[in-house]
Amino acid sequence: MKRVPLRPLARIISAREKGEDPDLIEAENLRKRNAELSERDRFQAERRLLLIAGFYLLAFVVVAVRMGVLASVKPQEPHAELAGSPLVTQRADIVDRNGMILATNLVTNALYAQPDRMFDKAGAARQLARIFPDMNAADLLRKFNSKRKFIWLRRKLSPEQQQRVHDIGDPGLALAPREMRLYPNGRLAAHVLGGAGFGREGVQSAELVGRAGVEYWFDSQLRDPARQGRPLQLSLDLPVQAATRRVLAGGMKLLRAKGAAAVLMKVDDGEILALVSLPDFDPNDRPAINPKGRPEDQPVFNRAAQGVYELGSTFKAFTAAAVLDQRIAGPDTVVDTKGPIRKDGFTIKDSHYMPARMSLTDVVVKSSNVGAANLALELGGDAQKAFLKTLGLLDPSGIELPEARKARPLAPGKWTDLATMTVSYGHGIAVTPVHLAAAYASLVNGGVRVHPTLVARNGGPRRRGERVISPETSATLRRILRQVVTRGTATLAEVPGYEVAGKTGTANKPKPDGTYYKDRVISTFASFFPASDPKYVLVVTLDEPVESSGPKPRRTAGWTAVPVAAEIIRRVAPLLGLRPKIDPGAGMNYTLSSY
Amino acid sequence: MRLLMYTLSAMAVIALAYWAYNENYATQQVLKRVEALQAEIGRNREKLSVLRAEWAYLNRPERLRELVDLNYDSLGLVPLSAGNFGDVGLVAFPRDTGPELKNPIDLSAQTPRPQQEQTK
Repeated sequence: MKRVPLRPLARIISAREKGEDPDLIEAENLRKRNAELSERDRFQAERRLLLIAGFYLLAFVVVAVRMGVLASVKPQEPHAELAGSPLVTQRADIVDRNGMILATNLVTNALYAQPDRMFDKAGAARQLARIFPDMNAADLLRKFNSKRKFIWLRRKLSPEQQQRVHDIGDPGLALAPREMRLYPNGRLAAHVLGGAGFGREGVQSAELVGRAGVEYWFDSQLRDPARQGRPLQLSLDLPVQAATRRVLAGGMKLLRAKGAAAVLMKVDDGEILALVSLPDFDPNDRPAINPKGRPEDQPVFNRAAQGVYELGSTFKAFTAAAVLDQRIAGPDTVVDTKGPIRKDGFTIKDSHYMPARMSLTDVVVKSSNVGAANLALELGGDAQKAFLKTLGLLDPSGIELPEARKARPLAPGKWTDLATMTVSYGHGIAVTPVHLAAAYASLVNGGVRVHPTLVARNGGPRRRGERVISPETSATLRRILRQVVTRGTATLAEVPGYEVAGKTGTANKPKPDGTYYKDRVISTFASFFPASDPKYVLVVTLDEPVESSGPKPRRTAGWTAVPVAAEIIRRVAPLLGLRPKIDPGAGMNYTLSSY
Repeated sequence: MRLLMYTLSAMAVIALAYWAYNENYATQQVLKRVEALQAEIGRNREKLSVLRAEWAYLNRPERLRELVDLNYDSLGLVPLSAGNFGDVGLVAFPRDTGPELKNPIDLSAQTPRPQQEQTK
């Protein structure tokens, strides 16, 4: 900026010559300069204000434009920023204790028709009927000609069927993607798995929901996306289950039984390794309940966990355990077994001849009803009821099946002396085979209550059960029950090397009117092995078996359930990795001398 | 001087803009690729689940048993029984042959010669 002098010399000199005050010139110049300066400042301030205003305007415009854009564009799905997020299927797999697949999902297609888009209804109907033998061309054509705009034709298609439907090439036939539940092992473990079906259905997808079994019990867990497809691991062992089912089915056929059930359980933590109920069904195509038949005769009925039966003399082990544990009697105490006893118009007698006096051990080994009844009277009804309650025989078993939750044992309403006597040998009380297996496990594992479960513990914390009987009583009971096999009613159960012990039970079936059939029985063998250090409990129950190789048909458990159970143990124990205990004095000598 | 500063900053702006533009497009490319890969992973997982189901189906105990029965002549497989358990003492202990020799060096040629020959 050009600096203007306040007192220009030329003007001062000329002013002095004219006699004017030179200060006036300076004042005039100073005023001009100040005016100029303030003008410049004002201009600068105005410019700054303008700049700021412009900046804010721009900012608001940017915000407004962004809002307008956000409001007008279509929403876009956010990208998965993290790689490797697993594609979660709708429903988690179910595997056995070794990770073998019991239930998985398969992608397939459903078939539907939109008749108003078809160009050759008759031809399409004819060709569909050729692909699907259960469809009828005339029926289909009638459907296509009705007013309906959308018709589901088929829920699941195999790949071949899909291709053949494509080959028809009618625009009115379309496929909708579906996930289906597949049980690759078919009937094996059908009652445990239950089955699954479609819930809410749309064109593009359908919900898979559990219908029964663990599929129903764990439905919300299996569908939980937070699982990320982690499978549900059951305690079942697939090869063991397969062997058990095979032997049981063979035994059932041979003995012409109406039904059969087997439960194999670990004695220490109640994990169920095999649970078989026959007749069974294919969970891939769960049958509907036939409304005419009785519910307990349907294939979907779980005889092992749902059906309550009077299991007969197997209960004598409980009577003996309670008496021994309360020190009312020892294993050699002599018991009066002279029958029959008459009580309230009811006669208790033994099925075959017994001596008038027997030791407690023999009452169990030879299975004397009279002896058991007399022992129970010594024990008293209240103590008996309390003991059965601690074994869990008066409540639902608590395994993870919706059917089992409803299976409440049937016990006497009023625990009279007569009830005490009949319950002592397993009549007048009905429980499921799972109950019996858990109670035996509790008695022989050292006396700690076992809660049966179908879920693999996998080294997780064991559910500590309360003490039921003392370890000494448990050991005594094991010795007594071993004698049932060595010299008692279950001699056919002897499997070399595995020291099988157990108790038989044969109970006449009740008629609908409350009396009992003469020639229809439920025969049961509750066993455990090896007797000296029990690892597994096996309960086998046959419904109306008959063994007819002899001159007279035999129905007692010793001839029916026992051999079947023995064969199961023979097959299954090596699979479980149990080494046989061979007496070194017998049989094995040749291997030692051969080298 | 000032002109140089202006020119330099203008060039810097252009360069940075070019870089940002480039990165933007590269990112979009990569995102597209990620999407394609995700889709491929999904397809492969689906295939895998089908294969797993097929494996389980083909290895179901019922089928294996039938195959074992059909091929009894060549395989001779029977169910595992208590007799199949052996004792460790029955297994012949392998004879100790010592560690295996690798690249043996022949030392017979390197023995020192008799003294007489050297003195001659």
